[in-house]
Amino acid sequence: MLRFVLRRLAAGVVLVAVISTVAFFLLYLSGGNIARRILGQQATAATVQQKTHELGLDHPVLTQFGSWVSHAVHGDLGSSWFTGQTVTQAITSRLSVTLSLVIGATLVTAVVSVILGVLAATRRGWVDRMVQFISVLGFAVPGFLVALGLVTLFAIDLHWFKPTGFTAISASPSLWLSSITLPVIALALGGIAGVTGQIRGSVMDALRRDYVRTLRSRGLSETRVVYKHGLRNAAGPALSVLAVQFVGLLGGAVIVETIFAIPGIGQIAVGATQQGDIPLVMGLVLATAIIVVIVNLIVDLLQGWLNPKVRIRS
Amino acid sequence: MSERLLDVDNVEVEYHGHGLRGKPFKALKGVSLDIRPGETVGLVGESGSGKTTLGRAMLGLAPVTGGAITYNGRDISHLNRAQRRELASDIQVVFQDPYTSLNPALTIQQILTEPLTVRKVGKAEAARRVRELLDKVHLPPDAGQRLPREFSGGQRQRIAIARALALSPRLIVCDEPVSALDLSTQARVLTLFREIQDSTGVAYLFISHDLAVVRHLSHRVAVMYRGEIVEWGDGDQVTAHPQHPYTQKLFLAAPVPDPVAQEKRRADRRRLQAALAS
Amino acid sequence: MTAATLPPDAVPDVQTLEQTAHASLFRRLLKNPTGVASLAFLVILVVLGIFATVLAPHDPNVANATNILQKPSGTYLLGTDGSGHDVLSRLLVAIQPTLEAAALAVGVAAVLGITAGLISGYYGKWFEAASSWTASLLMALPGIVVLLAARAVIGPSMLWTMVVFGIILSPAFYRVVHTEVSGVKHELYVDAARVSGLSDARIISRHILTVVRAPAIILAAGVAGIAIAIEAGLDFLGLGDLSRPTWGGMLNDAFSHIFTAPLGLLWPSLAIALTCISLTLLANALRDELERSGTPGRRRRRAAGPVSIRREPVVTHDDPAAAAAGEELLHVTDLAVGYDQPDGSVKTVVHDVSLSIHRGEVHGLIGESGSGKTQTAFAIMGLLPSGGRVAGGSIIFEGTDLAALSGRQMTGLRGAKIAYIPQEPMSNLDPTFTIGSQITEPMRVILKIGRAEARERALKLLARVGIPDPERTFNAYPHQVSGGMAQRVLIAGAVSCNPDLLIADEPTTALDVTVQAEVLDLLRDLEAEYHMAVLLVTHNFGVVADLCDTVSVMQNGRIVETGPARSIFADPRHPYTRSLFAAILEDSEPRGPLTPRELQP
Repeated sequence: MLRFVLRRLAAGVVLVAVISTVAFFLLYLSGGNIARRILGQQATAATVQQKTHELGLDHPVLTQFGSWVSHAVHGDLGSSWFTGQTVTQAITSRLSVTLSLVIGATLVTAVVSVILGVLAATRRGWVDRMVQFISVLGFAVPGFLVALGLVTLFAIDLHWFKPTGFTAISASPSLWLSSITLPVIALALGGIAGVTGQIRGSVMDALRRDYVRTLRSRGLSETRVVYKHGLRNAAGPALSVLAVQFVGLLGGAVIVETIFAIPGIGQIAVGATQQGDIPLVMGLVLATAIIVVIVNLIVDLLQGWLNPKVRIRS
Repeated sequence: MSERLLDVDNVEVEYHGHGLRGKPFKALKGVSLDIRPGETVGLVGESGSGKTTLGRAMLGLAPVTGGAITYNGRDISHLNRAQRRELASDIQVVFQDPYTSLNPALTIQQILTEPLTVRKVGKAEAARRVRELLDKVHLPPDAGQRLPREFSGGQRQRIAIARALALSPRLIVCDEPVSALDLSTQARVLTLFREIQDSTGVAYLFISHDLAVVRHLSHRVAVMYRGEIVEWGDGDQVTAHPQHPYTQKLFLAAPVPDPVAQEKRRADRRRLQAALAS
Repeated sequence: MTAATLPPDAVPDVQTLEQTAHASLFRRLLKNPTGVASLAFLVILVVLGIFATVLAPHDPNVANATNILQKPSGTYLLGTDGSGHDVLSRLLVAIQPTLEAAALAVGVAAVLGITAGLISGYYGKWFEAASSWTASLLMALPGIVVLLAARAVIGPSMLWTMVVFGIILSPAFYRVVHTEVSGVKHELYVDAARVSGLSDARIISRHILTVVRAPAIILAAGVAGIAIAIEAGLDFLGLGDLSRPTWGGMLNDAFSHIFTAPLGLLWPSLAIALTCISLTLLANALRDELERSGTPGRRRRRAAGPVSIRREPVVTHDDPAAAAAGEELLHVTDLAVGYDQPDGSVKTVVHDVSLSIHRGEVHGLIGESGSGKTQTAFAIMGLLPSGGRVAGGSIIFEGTDLAALSGRQMTGLRGAKIAYIPQEPMSNLDPTFTIGSQITEPMRVILKIGRAEARERALKLLARVGIPDPERTFNAYPHQVSGGMAQRVLIAGAVSCNPDLLIADEPTTALDVTVQAEVLDLLRDLEAEYHMAVLLVTHNFGVVADLCDTVSVMQNGRIVETGPARSIFADPRHPYTRSLFAAILEDSEPRGPLTPRELQP
């Protein structure tokens, strides 16, 4: 088991390294244009050259890369070209907000999907058809449209929630809850639609197996067969789907944070992109990669625990 | 009659292990036999014996890592893809599973024409040949327009046999061709095999796990166990009076469809077990 | 063996197969209501897009400061936006660039993903390892994050953004194609094609591409929906091409006026939502049609009404030992089993089967495939697959009619009184639980014993069934043991709660012949020890001869002959039984060595 964990960890580190390297070279290869883009078309060649030198962009790319790596390993990711704030600070101050949003949405998705998916798979009939219908619809409609709909309906028309803004949980738990409810629902709805269908499929698949009939023949009750054995076997594929969903939710958070004016990393991502604030963009890519790798590692460990074939080689 | 069509000389087949530190696995550990023109050589063994691997090695579907396979005097153990394709008109195959050995999306006509188009046979000639093949395996001529799923298991095996015959090969590797069929269908398909051999003089390597099936059709029989041939000789001898303890065990393990005879065989088997244990 | 007595093969009647099964996926799609609706919507959308400049009532780029945020009216059918543009016109003109961009992204993704998937699926080796790893890399980051990063470098060029997007989306195609291709690569018909002399290129184009075509098309429709959604998202964030009207851009504008004119959000939302929904529905409809193509179509037959049962006389041999037999445990009378068909009729698979089994008796149920023997066994256990039910007759077990019991009552009998040994050992053990837990769990529930006692009994049972190291097997998972061991485990589990009736469904068919002999010995010993009634389903007369006291021969859902085993073997009377015996090869003449005469055909 330990070997399994170490192998996965090593793979994760390699992945982060490769992503950072590729991102760095892609971002910095347009060296000269960066300075011009920051200063605008009107700037003179001299000012552009000065800016280029100031940002350290006139060094060879490899040197820049080496310097970035050695700083990054110590936690120094440089500073934003536009705000002057250190990238590390910009990200860490907002990371918890985004994570609370995304993790919250994932949990909501997981719980609701499992309940709906299992119901659809075991009850069949009209429950099944309704769940399938909702599933298709929710999957098709883009998440941010749902977010816009929710904002318009609940915040502006009905005034149940504040449309924008975020209160930290430390300041006031109830206000925090009220400020993240709509965003989490917006994020989760799209996820629920997609994941429910998958869970329904994998539960039905698990219940179709031969060993289910054999377990029934041993006299085990239907409840035991479905909830102990069926779910255990369906959990593996369901977990994979949730892991993919998490990555999608990270992306969705960018737009949702913009709509609900939530101060997470998604919000500064948009600004950094528009301005071409490359150190900040690098930092965001790195942060996202690390989050994804950690989540995948946790999921892999859970998969190993759930499926003996993964962790024990016969 | 001493001329050999196919000669297997001390052949080894070794597969690499999985991943970085997997152990290599030897499926064949030096097997030797030969097939004469027009002969049926039966190859018997249980799972893991390597019998299927030997058949696949002859077809170029398994890598020969030691020894040599000679066909008509020519070494065919390490042919490249193009050279192997040329052998298609000499060595053919009928597989075990009638449900996956025919492409479910193609009509019978398309399936039977496939080997012919590779040999650049014209459309009219190919159509004629397909009718001829269907007739040879006792299927109606309009079968060509249908899909495999419209046929039973036994009929599909006939189609597979027709496909094998399309290029008039001299040797057909039959990998457990009747094992997936019902009892009565088995009998019919085996009759067909016999009939085709009588009329065309084709040779068979007949692979099976069932001694009775092999006895019925084979001139000579080889028994395999764990990658080696443990007994090799005339069919009537090997299947009725086996010498090697494993063949005897195999022989006695198969139940006889006669309660009185089976009781006796059971007793013989217990005696053999006791003798081997001591 | 007398081949002359066997009936000739005939091509089966294929009335129930619809001719349209041959028809292309597209034509089948046209019969699917959701498919038609979504396809129609998309076609209309494309036409509107092409003729947008002609159809638009106003110039979409003309801004009129006096007309901002108007409600829908005669002049402006959908109102105006924050700069005074006509909403409807902008909506129409935005269609073409939206669809083009999506097509570009999907195109790039498809070309990259399908090619890589084909090569790595078919050839494998290092290419497969490299592409799989690259695909994981591409899927690791959220699409939007990568697009944002690309945007930071590329600037607002939609063309290059879509190319990058296509690259990000390609793993979806890669995964699907790779799975399909590597699945098909090992099919026997591909091997046969190789032996037939086909080159790799021919094999790929004939056998492999056809498998890939449909899933790729379905995926393309789905991915196009995602592409439009993300493209709209980028435009909404203000990161798209600001020089032209886009749906996302219109949303952005409407959002900034959300407090004063929220209706403005509706129109572009509808456009995006409807397009995405119809693409998803199209993909789903395609998938449904594809899955349906594997099974014969439903014919509109008039309902056949109640179950039709054929009754024919059964050839019964006298049983001299009947009087001395133990108590009768199972008495099946006129059992009929049917399956409900989609068109309302019932397909009968078992017609009026009657048999009885006494304590200590091994009753063989022999037949070929389709004879109904396994269905009879399942019916007795109450474990018919979905759609199946007992359509007539009674199953009296120890005085109770099993056919009349509820599900819960039947569960109470299973394991405790009636046990079952399945055919395929490996697929009948739950792969996620240890062997030990699977044996002990029912014991603890039924016998109401604790964990320690159950474990002790289980270990003893494992030793009893001939497993060399019971403790090791107890702690192992199913994938760590061989087929023969797994079958012994299943047998141990079946007898663990001292059942009265044991139903064995071809318990040795999946095993090697030497292992089969040992398992038959085991079954005989256990039967003697537990003194059970045994129903043994098989297709092998040798197994019947070895183990069975009485035999019933089944054909086409009916029993044609029944009686003591010795009597049936000595004197088979029914023509079908005799044809089966004629097909047995045991007594046939061995071939003998090759004669010179045989070389001259």
